[in-house]
Amino acid sequence: MSSRLREQLEEALFPPIVALLVALICGDLLIMSYGQSPATVYRLLLEGTWGNAYGFGQVLYKATTLTFTGLAVSLGIRAGLFNVGAESQLAAGGFVAALLGLGLSPHLPGIIAIILCIIAAAFGGAIVGAIPGWLRVKFGAHEVIVTIMLNFIVLALLNYIVAARLHMPETLHTPEIHNGAIPRLDSFIPAFHGSAANLTIVLALITAGLAWFYMFRTKRGFELRAVGLQPDAAEYGGVSVGGVWMRAMILSGAIAGLGGVNYVLGYKQYYEEGFAGGSGFLGIAVALVGRNHPVGVVLAALFFATLSQGGLAIHAFVPKQMVEVLQGVVILAVAMSVPEVRAILRRSRKPVAA
Amino acid sequence: MNPISFLTQMLRISVPYLFAASGGVIAERAGIITLSLEGYMLTGAFAATLGTHYTGSPWIGLLSGIFGGLVFGMIHAVATIRYRANQVVTGIAINLLAIGVTRFFLKLAFASSSNSPRIEGFGGNNAWHGFDNPLLWMGLLVAPALGFVLYRTPFGLRVRAVGEHPEAAASLGIKVSFIQYVAVALSGMLAALGGVFLALDQHQFTDQMTAGRGFIAVAAVIFGRWDPVRAAIACLFFAFAETLQIQLQGTQIIPSQFVEMIPYLLTIIALAGVVGRAVPPAALGKTAE
Repeated sequence: MSSRLREQLEEALFPPIVALLVALICGDLLIMSYGQSPATVYRLLLEGTWGNAYGFGQVLYKATTLTFTGLAVSLGIRAGLFNVGAESQLAAGGFVAALLGLGLSPHLPGIIAIILCIIAAAFGGAIVGAIPGWLRVKFGAHEVIVTIMLNFIVLALLNYIVAARLHMPETLHTPEIHNGAIPRLDSFIPAFHGSAANLTIVLALITAGLAWFYMFRTKRGFELRAVGLQPDAAEYGGVSVGGVWMRAMILSGAIAGLGGVNYVLGYKQYYEEGFAGGSGFLGIAVALVGRNHPVGVVLAALFFATLSQGGLAIHAFVPKQMVEVLQGVVILAVAMSVPEVRAILRRSRKPVAA
Repeated sequence: MNPISFLTQMLRISVPYLFAASGGVIAERAGIITLSLEGYMLTGAFAATLGTHYTGSPWIGLLSGIFGGLVFGMIHAVATIRYRANQVVTGIAINLLAIGVTRFFLKLAFASSSNSPRIEGFGGNNAWHGFDNPLLWMGLLVAPALGFVLYRTPFGLRVRAVGEHPEAAASLGIKVSFIQYVAVALSGMLAALGGVFLALDQHQFTDQMTAGRGFIAVAAVIFGRWDPVRAAIACLFFAFAETLQIQLQGTQIIPSQFVEMIPYLLTIIALAGVVGRAVPPAALGKTAE
């Protein structure tokens, strides 16, 4: 292993490891505050997630959405943009996919309908992503604030449309789509019976692969990372920073929008108010822990999905809200240890003056 | 529409915004991005509920609410100042943490996942229309007071210097991180008071009772261009729109969802600079090495 690669790996892996240790200790304290034994609760958490097919299926389902939102956020960060809008991009993607699914004829071949609906989801997310991109490039409006504000605007708008025009009586969701449903995993592997895991997971892995290829193996991706590291230098080197930012926000929004496929086409077959349920915000955590690398994002998505499903498994002993505390602790600990680890490693690598 | 009841309702809605926006202004003027107002408010509301529930005194509740905000403010301060963590990420993490912590301890303290039992509050004399609540008066006075501190005291001058040009401030002997610690601690305590008002006004804590008010305060800070008094005017305006929507409910002139969007739309417009560009403090978000 070359020493450069080793240095990169150390810088990438130490912060999540530190965070995991801190979270384990906090978890211990919370569990003991409830008068339970940490070992028992942690064992339950693992058994309820990776220990049985249903739990594992749920983990895969939750990890699928988080992979999309995590990829979306990390692509933005690689370009030097902080997309806090994955939540509304995800919702918009799911909404547009459901809208198309409602409009498509049931006689259309399923595979074509699915592909059309997937494109629609990406399109929905891309539009919501393009707005902050455009405002940033054109007016210099900071994308963090614009995406936060857009979350509220887009979600309110979608709620209005569903409430005023589209909802089924007595519910907050649309009717079921007529075409475009994605098969669940339990139709191939009966052991997954009852879990929401579906073939969208394949789309998530393909998207992760494509995101890796785009960022690390294409000229556009090289430009994107150059702008993320040093926008002024990239501009001087002939890269159009505005163009890169616009592309990055559209792509980021599109990837987040694809996440809507998992719920709308793969699980419920309808759009429901609030289905995003914080997955967009958790995408920030996934990107951070996954160190903005597609492989890391997939692993981090599995980790946060395990935590979230694990909360349900331990609920009889310790309130499931414990995992929400731990999520916050992990994000804080990673955010705090990234600059610290970098500084310590850099210091230790400096040749010692004789 | 009764103008007196309209005004009192508007003021009651504006108080949490006024506290939280003042908290946002002081921390951001010291150069620390503060998206965690929502988390401070929620913690403040919960701590106030605990304090009032166990002692029966809303004044103790008020103090414990401030303490709750101080603790979360210090988490933000230590993470972003001592450890140079990304200020946006830290703010979002604090919001998530606040939701988790309040839910967990709501379950632990009151064995409920939705709300606390009824607690004492301030006032309650109907003839006073809520004006017998000291927190209402504090809320109305906090912005002018903060304006005085920022523009008329040596401490305020230091805060502004640190937020605009930390290197220059440091070269004049100002302890940059100390000023930032104080500003962020103040921001946590001020925003927490917004949550305290909510909990004592509704006489209980309910899960996620701040319901995005912290982000409306963030919007007010930007729309008010990081000035305490202008931010307060933005808060009053947002509260006015909300009151109008509540009073018009049933008439269905404008769907409530569109009224909800007003603060956020205005903030984006302000940032894009259509009517006078909103320019943040020069060193906002940049941590000194």
